[in-house]
Amino acid sequence: MAEPAALEIDDLHGFYGESHVLHGLSLAVAKGEAVAIIGRNGAGKTTAMRAIMGLLERRSGSIKVKGRETISSPPEMIARLGVGFVPEERGIYSSLDVTENLLLPPKFADGGASLDEIYRLFPNLSERRKSQGTRLSGGEQQMLAIARVLRTGANIFLLDEPTEGLAPVIIEQICDVIDGMKKKGHTVILVEQNFHVASRLADRHYVMEHGRIVDVITCNELAAKHDRIKSLLGI
Amino acid sequence: MPQATSARAGWGVLIAALLVAPWLFYPLFLVKVLCYALFACAFNLLLGTCGLMSFGHAAFFGSAAYIAGHAAKEWGLPFEAALLCAVAGTSLIGVVFGYISIRRQGIYFAMITLALAQLIYFLALQLPFTHAEDGLTGIPRGKVLGLFPLDHNMVLYYTTATIFLGAFSLIHIVMNSTFGQVVRAVRDNETRAISLGFEVNRFKLLAFTLSAAIAGLAGANKAIAFKLATLVDVHWTTSGNVVLMTLLGGLGTLFGPVAGAIIFVALENYLADSGLPVQLVIGAIFIGCILLFRRGVVGEIENLFNGWCDAAKKF
Amino acid sequence: MNIQVILGQLLVGLINGSFYAMMSLGLAIIFGLLGIANIAQGAFYMMGAFFSWMLLRWFDIGYFPALILVPLVVGIIGMVIEKLVLRRIYRLDHMYGLLLTFGILMFIQGLFVWLFATAGRPYPVPAELRGGFDLGFMFLPKYRAWVVAASLAFCLATWLIIEKTPLGRTLRAATENPALTRAFGVNVPALMTFGFGIGVAPAGAAGLLAAPIYSVSPLMGGDLVIVVFAVVVVGGMGSVLGSIVTSLSLGLLEGLARVVYPQGANMVIFVIMIAVLLVRPAGLFGREQ
Repeated sequence: MAEPAALEIDDLHGFYGESHVLHGLSLAVAKGEAVAIIGRNGAGKTTAMRAIMGLLERRSGSIKVKGRETISSPPEMIARLGVGFVPEERGIYSSLDVTENLLLPPKFADGGASLDEIYRLFPNLSERRKSQGTRLSGGEQQMLAIARVLRTGANIFLLDEPTEGLAPVIIEQICDVIDGMKKKGHTVILVEQNFHVASRLADRHYVMEHGRIVDVITCNELAAKHDRIKSLLGI
Repeated sequence: MPQATSARAGWGVLIAALLVAPWLFYPLFLVKVLCYALFACAFNLLLGTCGLMSFGHAAFFGSAAYIAGHAAKEWGLPFEAALLCAVAGTSLIGVVFGYISIRRQGIYFAMITLALAQLIYFLALQLPFTHAEDGLTGIPRGKVLGLFPLDHNMVLYYTTATIFLGAFSLIHIVMNSTFGQVVRAVRDNETRAISLGFEVNRFKLLAFTLSAAIAGLAGANKAIAFKLATLVDVHWTTSGNVVLMTLLGGLGTLFGPVAGAIIFVALENYLADSGLPVQLVIGAIFIGCILLFRRGVVGEIENLFNGWCDAAKKF
Repeated sequence: MNIQVILGQLLVGLINGSFYAMMSLGLAIIFGLLGIANIAQGAFYMMGAFFSWMLLRWFDIGYFPALILVPLVVGIIGMVIEKLVLRRIYRLDHMYGLLLTFGILMFIQGLFVWLFATAGRPYPVPAELRGGFDLGFMFLPKYRAWVVAASLAFCLATWLIIEKTPLGRTLRAATENPALTRAFGVNVPALMTFGFGIGVAPAGAAGLLAAPIYSVSPLMGGDLVIVVFAVVVVGGMGSVLGSIVTSLSLGLLEGLARVVYPQGANMVIFVIMIAVLLVRPAGLFGREQ
């Protein structure tokens, strides 16, 4: 009996109020794979992530996490299935300090990093343990946002623009962390505007436009489809 | 039916109803309805123009009742003068309270108006001229225009109806005037209104004061009609009742407060006579309204009406 | 004007301030977590006093067991009300929250007036807390000292729970960003139900503490909650600590006013509210919403 796909989306439609944002999105990610969702601004990439996480008010179609249908599930149920979410805006709590931010997401399974392991992985965070969450720099906040979900035992990670607006050195660090996730056999779904990052980390790239997938490009095809990618992303 | 015709039909119905009603219903009951209807209209004016919900309008209603009562009874002023005194006094209180509370909006505004009204309640409790728990009784009705004795119920009714119609028309004119449009613009997008150069706070203060003055007119009318001004008139339950009346009838609609007042006063009379617990039932209706009937009577009718119009357009 | 009178009134002021603190603490928690200005807090206060009276009168259960039972029962009733009634209006404008809790206040008060009439019923000071201490410069009644101490202990315990425990951490996170907190797997809707219970329990406890001092009447909560609202406007709805400090200060000022001008004492807090609004519209500790 084949293991169910980590994430399977079929004909997903999503709405912000009256606005029809996702028009029949479909994709599938196997366990342990790393995929990237790329596309221009306004293509609906962040909306798709929010839909998977159950944060989009109106959605229809099918989203299966580890074989379980979650299209009408509340966010807390989806998180408990083992999904770790790193939102685009990072979402660091200003009313909590760094340690509290790290400890906030409940542990749902074993296999997550311990607090000590996290502090070893992210020395900057270790230094600023008692600082108020939002006093950190952009890069440190991004580290914190990723570190948070490493503790919970999640094995499917949704990362929305993790390298946006960050210096190259920090981007390198984040790529190393994501590589670490992949080595552990976790599933990674990445939304990335930065194509270099996406191509370095992902096995497959889904190109999104106007709320649906318009192309799928594997690692091997990258060189061949180079020009097509450039025009799709408007680079 | 285009909107202008339906509005004119509404006015026609209103005036006809006002003329005919005392021959069908007990005039004093109607007088009570009209006073509370005007009170609710005043409350609704502030809400409809500025989007501000006052939880302390009893302050104006009750103060006016005391002032008018005192003016008529102790100073012996004629009917019109007593009303004028009350409206003037209430306007003054309105300007002061408005100036203080306009700085905040939404829930904070409501809380501030509640607290300010409580201040008036405590003042009423302390000041000798209100006679505290006993209330101000035996207020003389006097004569209207110096000619017609208000002790005659029909005279009282038609006088009240005229006052009501006059104030109601004033509200309608204000809401549709340039002033009304500006204040609504402020309500919908304050930042933009400020950037366009409007002195936002002055408009809001004017609307607040007008609302207070008309609530005062209603309270003064009520005090003289029923010869009584009591602590109940300045109590927070009265502030709550006027909110409920307007909610029942339809927040922000033109005729809603009137419909709500009719329902409320009739209900209160019925409950008082039948020995059922008044506040309990009113509380239950309040809760029911917010959960299930937010548009109110007039609001639901308008909604149905719009539905028919939309359906008709499809042909 | 002798020192004993002043100290006596300051003590009353401190007691009132303690009640304001317990009520406004609950209000701050509820407002932060649910976005609702819970004017029904007055009804829960009154129910706290009434349940204490009922426990004593009907079940012979005294003051000290009531200290545990009453906040528990009041909290449970609060949770039921949140689940059945309040939950339905969260997606609406904040004003509907205030309107709904206003209706709930009227309903509960009306219910108790119907069942028990408006006359006040006495509740005896428990035997262990009768009498007082002669401090030389004043006589300190045991019960009144107990009320202040118990309220402060309660407020301190609440503050500690919110700032130093995992539950408090989760509450703070859910208050700041409910959607994201759900995305981490926290059942925020259930937390909100629990939070409402946590917010109204102090009001019930305050009712029990107040019962031997002010007699038990269905009308006791209405006027009190309006004063507490004024306290909250002065302090701003921002912080729990701010509500406590503001409540105690205003209680003391009210007590002082009672020495100088007794007829005006009720109004002092409202006058202070007006002054603060003219100078700092967001309140002393508030954050502009």
